[in-house]
Amino acid sequence: MRIEDKLYTLRWKHDKQTHIKIVRGDVCFERCGGEWQRPCTTFCPANVYQWDGEKIAVSYENCVECTSCLLGCPYRNIDWKPPRGGFGIEWQNG
Amino acid sequence: MASGDEFDAIVVGAGPGGIAAALTMARAGLSVVIFERAERPGQKNVMGGVMYGRMLADVASETWRDAPIERVVVDERVWLTTPDAAVTLGHKHVPHEDPSEPPNAFTVLRVPFDAWFASQAEAAGALIVPGTLVEDVIMEQGRVAGVRTGRADGDLRAPLVVIADGANSFLVQRAGLSRPLEPQEMALVVKEIIALSPEAIEDRFNLEPGRGATIEVYGAVTRGMAGYGFVYTNTASLSVGIGALISHLMRTRITPWDLLEGFKTHPLIAPLLRGGEVREYLAHAIPEGGIRAMPRLYGDGVLVVGDAAMMVNNLHREGSNLAMAAGRMAGETAILAKRAGDWSARTLSTYRDLLEASFVLQDLRKYERLPEIAERRPELLSVYPAILSEAVHEMLRVDGVSKREKQRKILRRVLAQRPWWQLVKDAIEGWRAMR
Repeated sequence: MRIEDKLYTLRWKHDKQTHIKIVRGDVCFERCGGEWQRPCTTFCPANVYQWDGEKIAVSYENCVECTSCLLGCPYRNIDWKPPRGGFGIEWQNG
Repeated sequence: MASGDEFDAIVVGAGPGGIAAALTMARAGLSVVIFERAERPGQKNVMGGVMYGRMLADVASETWRDAPIERVVVDERVWLTTPDAAVTLGHKHVPHEDPSEPPNAFTVLRVPFDAWFASQAEAAGALIVPGTLVEDVIMEQGRVAGVRTGRADGDLRAPLVVIADGANSFLVQRAGLSRPLEPQEMALVVKEIIALSPEAIEDRFNLEPGRGATIEVYGAVTRGMAGYGFVYTNTASLSVGIGALISHLMRTRITPWDLLEGFKTHPLIAPLLRGGEVREYLAHAIPEGGIRAMPRLYGDGVLVVGDAAMMVNNLHREGSNLAMAAGRMAGETAILAKRAGDWSARTLSTYRDLLEASFVLQDLRKYERLPEIAERRPELLSVYPAILSEAVHEMLRVDGVSKREKQRKILRRVLAQRPWWQLVKDAIEGWRAMR
């Protein structure tokens, strides 16, 4: 089962504004590519972070709010806040 | 209590810890408000799925009977796997039929369970305000004086704030009770709810209706990372998941969904899931830092409970029970503080004393060395299951070689993988971490 199909099982109430920001794009571009190879593109369970060759593209509407990226970004370069009250993932089973 | 405060206590987060605290306080007549960021309590909450009756009954008293549980756990198994084999251990029992006693362990789905648990606090008089994110604590002269919510005019003051906002809590840091966590202090777990008929579950796991099984799976399935997989039986679905330390996921670059797919297709797991339909894919962080990574548990005007306070005993897959026990003790401490009219750290330190006298901190202290070993030596979790499995396999194979010769062969093979001094060192380290 592909990640796209897994995410297809989920329900969100989407906010128009993002709750995730990359603090400094140059850190992803210049520093994170070498030693760490941008681990957010692999450990995020909802595939929110993708490298487009120049920057990290953030699909915030996929976020399942696990908070892994707060700890997993080697440069603490992801500014993740919980979505506003009432928005974001709505688990059906938990 | 400062004059004009509408509530004695603000609870942040409607999970097991926050609800237990609110329920305890409300039943004693304290005025309590709970802020929950989900539209309905439970909608943001996830765990593997096993909950414990004693701590629930301690908080909910007689109403535990109405809790929406899935199956009473009667069969607990541990599998130590290689890529195509396993050594299996387990314990089965016939549960007591005493209706006055809650079952020891049962499976739940947290969305319905937490909604029910929150309704108990509401019935006791607590006010639940859902759909509301607490963005910050209000600090005044070094004490926590209230919270700032995302609503317009969203500041609310109270003599006590109970922080129960879950793993990776922002608020404990904002309240000055903790440093930011490290990636080896948190695991990421992904799981799926896989629908199967009750009859299929009962056939495959050898269960009576209403009874359940749990399997914890160590070894090859975590692909060299510290963690484990699990299969828990619900009424008409399985909770199938696997997790690993975030620090190890960063290093190995294994995606969580590949890890989960690998687990589901392990030759010993796949037959249990066959024909099941994936209903939901979930992910959640689990605190793994243990007692050494705990925040300060109290301060002036503040208490911390549950995942926000690292209260997880990962070796025994316990968490929600620690949260409920801690929530109850936070509530009892608040009742004392209300009576004394003193919400300073001096009175609130009773919370820490209660936790110290209970299994919560005693168990976490018992295993305080484990998190560091898990981070530093994840290979122990794959090497020893493999050694054990190969040894058992060799002894069971009937091929004309004498058993004594097999023993020598096993020993040679073990020593080729791991010199004797390393075995001794591992044994000592393991003993010190578990005793």
